[in-house]
Amino acid sequence: MIRVVSKNALALGAVAIFCVAVLSVVNQLTAPRISEQKLANKMAILAEVLPGVEINQALLHDCVMVTDEELLGRSEAQTMYRWRKDNELAAYVIAATAPAGYSGNIDLIVAIDPNGTVLGTRVLSHQETPGLGDKIESRRSPWIHSFSGKSVTEDNAQQWAVRKDGGNFDQFTGATITPRAVVNAVRNAVLFVQQHPELATLTANCPTE
Amino acid sequence: MSQLKELTLQGLWKNNPGLVQLLGLCPLLAVTSTITNALGLGLATLLVLLGSNVAVSLVRNHIANEIRIPVFVLIIASLVTVVQLMMNAYTFGLYESLGIFIPLIVTNCAIIGRAEAFASKNAVLPSALDAIMMGLGFLLVLLILGGMREILGQGTLFDGADLLFGSWAKGLRIELFTVDSHFLLAMLPPGAFIGMGLLIALKNVIDNRIKQQNAIEKGSIARARVTGAAQ
Repeated sequence: MIRVVSKNALALGAVAIFCVAVLSVVNQLTAPRISEQKLANKMAILAEVLPGVEINQALLHDCVMVTDEELLGRSEAQTMYRWRKDNELAAYVIAATAPAGYSGNIDLIVAIDPNGTVLGTRVLSHQETPGLGDKIESRRSPWIHSFSGKSVTEDNAQQWAVRKDGGNFDQFTGATITPRAVVNAVRNAVLFVQQHPELATLTANCPTE
Repeated sequence: MSQLKELTLQGLWKNNPGLVQLLGLCPLLAVTSTITNALGLGLATLLVLLGSNVAVSLVRNHIANEIRIPVFVLIIASLVTVVQLMMNAYTFGLYESLGIFIPLIVTNCAIIGRAEAFASKNAVLPSALDAIMMGLGFLLVLLILGGMREILGQGTLFDGADLLFGSWAKGLRIELFTVDSHFLLAMLPPGAFIGMGLLIALKNVIDNRIKQQNAIEKGSIARARVTGAAQ
């Protein structure tokens, strides 16, 4: 009895060791390619929100971690890149979260110039209803482009809302909650940049991957 | 040769994992919102199924009966992880859009079902064939359902095919008609259930037709006698 059991245990262990070995090899082989893909993906997104800017390593390294649950929507730190043109700070690219989506968080990336004008924004991930709320994706609708060039001032705070709430941004037929959440998140990201002029001088502190 | 024919028939029709065994319904219903997603998940499942059937068939004589299930699970989980890493490395966009459903292939009962029911009792070659046919059967159901839902839901076919094949595939996208608001029911999970039900019903109708046809061809004498007995 005990012999059969130990023999089986050994066999199971051997199979497990073999599987782990195979997985380690595959992991080793694919790891560089996977991090390359992640980087390419990140750079493609940065290129979309910073039109006409050459995305390089310098931009990726000039990055600080910022936390502001009220304005950026997450209790944990989010990344913010600083784009400098001729050594002059030209834009912040900040990750923001809209916590009030129709089904959970909507993760955004927003490029904002130091005066608080939005240069571009994109949705990184969301679980909104396909066909209704997913018009916030740039490949489904140009709606997300309507933020470009807008800035937040004391006078126009009212206009940062969907039309139904008296603002300047279209809502979608059948989906008001999603665009409302995105509009609020983008506005809050701009407010965050405006309220923190010290962001420009912080030392880069993002963990390197 | 007749075995090949039998395995093909079993996998694609008589014992189709999607329509008859009703295995792996969770990914089947969840990812078939577009034909591209369906194709991606179907191919990944086919690959895992092929790998697991071959591996299980290879070790079937060396593994004691008592520990076969944990060994199968180990093999399948490892294969799925390999496929997941490969997709992450080479088809990043699709990996992102299929999300959680790639690791969930582990729990697709069709895979462990074939390992237990077929591969653990047969040689490598028939096991591989069984995996290919079962995988194709599953893939076909995914494709039909994905196609149906994509056409009804958003009026396109192969939307986002570039995520799977690279940027050249953008040209594959077919816009059948444009709608202002999508037909939501088709795109949401209830639409998947309803579509699935219709597919199963259609298969049963065809099966019944074939059965009737066969009964008629077998000769009218038997039928006449039945009618006579009833009178």
